[in-house]
Amino acid sequence: MKALRHAAVLSMLCLCCGVAMPAIAAKTTASAKAAGTQVEIRNFAFAPNTMTVAVGTRVVWTNRDEEPHVITSAGKQFASSPALDTTDTYAVTFSKPGTYAYYCSIHPMMVGTIIVQ
Amino acid sequence: MRDSDDNTSPGRRQFLQCMAWAGAGTVWLMQGGVLRAQALTGQGAKEAADASFAFVQISDSHIGFHKAPNMDVASTLRASLAMVNAQKVRPEFLLHTGDLTHLSRPDEFDTLAGIMQEARVDKTFYVPGEHDVIGDNGAEFFRRFGEKQQAGGWYSFDHRGVHFVGLINVLNLKAGGLGSLGADQLAWLKKDLAPLSGSTPLVVFAHMPLWSLYPEWGWGTDDSAEAMSLLTRFGSVSVLNGHIHQIQQKVEGNITFYTARSTAYPQPAPGVGPAPGPMKEVPPEALHRYLGIREVRHVRGTQALALTDEVMS
Repeated sequence: MKALRHAAVLSMLCLCCGVAMPAIAAKTTASAKAAGTQVEIRNFAFAPNTMTVAVGTRVVWTNRDEEPHVITSAGKQFASSPALDTTDTYAVTFSKPGTYAYYCSIHPMMVGTIIVQ
Repeated sequence: MRDSDDNTSPGRRQFLQCMAWAGAGTVWLMQGGVLRAQALTGQGAKEAADASFAFVQISDSHIGFHKAPNMDVASTLRASLAMVNAQKVRPEFLLHTGDLTHLSRPDEFDTLAGIMQEARVDKTFYVPGEHDVIGDNGAEFFRRFGEKQQAGGWYSFDHRGVHFVGLINVLNLKAGGLGSLGADQLAWLKKDLAPLSGSTPLVVFAHMPLWSLYPEWGWGTDDSAEAMSLLTRFGSVSVLNGHIHQIQQKVEGNITFYTARSTAYPQPAPGVGPAPGPMKEVPPEALHRYLGIREVRHVRGTQALALTDEVMS
């Protein structure tokens, strides 16, 4: 059970890293073609959970769980992802300002929001 | 709902770790209108001789999953079906309570359908898990495995005086919510049960738990209480689910809720660790050791809900 406790601590650290990442990613977007503002899916949660981005930002979700997840717009404002297996990514470019609530259609307790300004 | 002490005592943690492993399946024996669970083993159920009939529930085969702790979920499903075939009293049918596949891919459905033919039973009934309805709202699942009684995919049938109801609670899920039955299905259920006498034994099955087992991890169904209210007038109701890859049991009046193990991989007990998902740390050699072994019981005294865990040890 020690391993589990360590895993929990590790994942907490990872979540913290996830929160810190987008700012870094945003700075490096210009030099990396495939890059975008990153949302990590880990332990059945989106990190960061709520994110504010500029119009035209490409948001990239990466599944770090062993379980598949599906990115689904709560208001059908953007197309749903296919099933994202481990390490699969899905990207959406937000071209209009607004608040985009989304969730995982197979684990609907997983919710997140992208605020586009 | 949970006593936080439950997950901090070392004994409790160890116990939960032991109980959570996936397994072969569950043999259900109908005895005098009351359903009894037996662990599926190669030896056959001990009490089978007294039963009026038996069926087997398997669940969460997750064909297409190929990671720790189980790189070969096809083999563990095959091993489960071999145990079904070894039963002294032949099960009259199989119930597969969902997550046949991992990603709803056609090749995964093909593989599953092929393996299921190895079971020497007359019929297998299926309900979809959320892994079976990705991308097409279950169209492919229902085309291949549906009973095609109702447009929504739910169905019922009678077997030797017992009324069986298969419900769908993995579609039209709402952001922030749990499993969902929906108004149409609830209306149908009410109509389906209306002509039955209260002495008719009922078996209701669906993929996600039809009780608030652990909503923090999505282990429940938003409108299950409405469905359960339609069942309270019946003297013997058994509610069978999969989804959480471990055995949990709860009794509420005349309704007994059971969740089944997975044939693929275990998930942690409710609230143990940061999230649900495969227990990767179970070593491959332990998979075999934990399969199809004898059943013991443990009652949690500190829970608000009277749960009975069936431990495979």
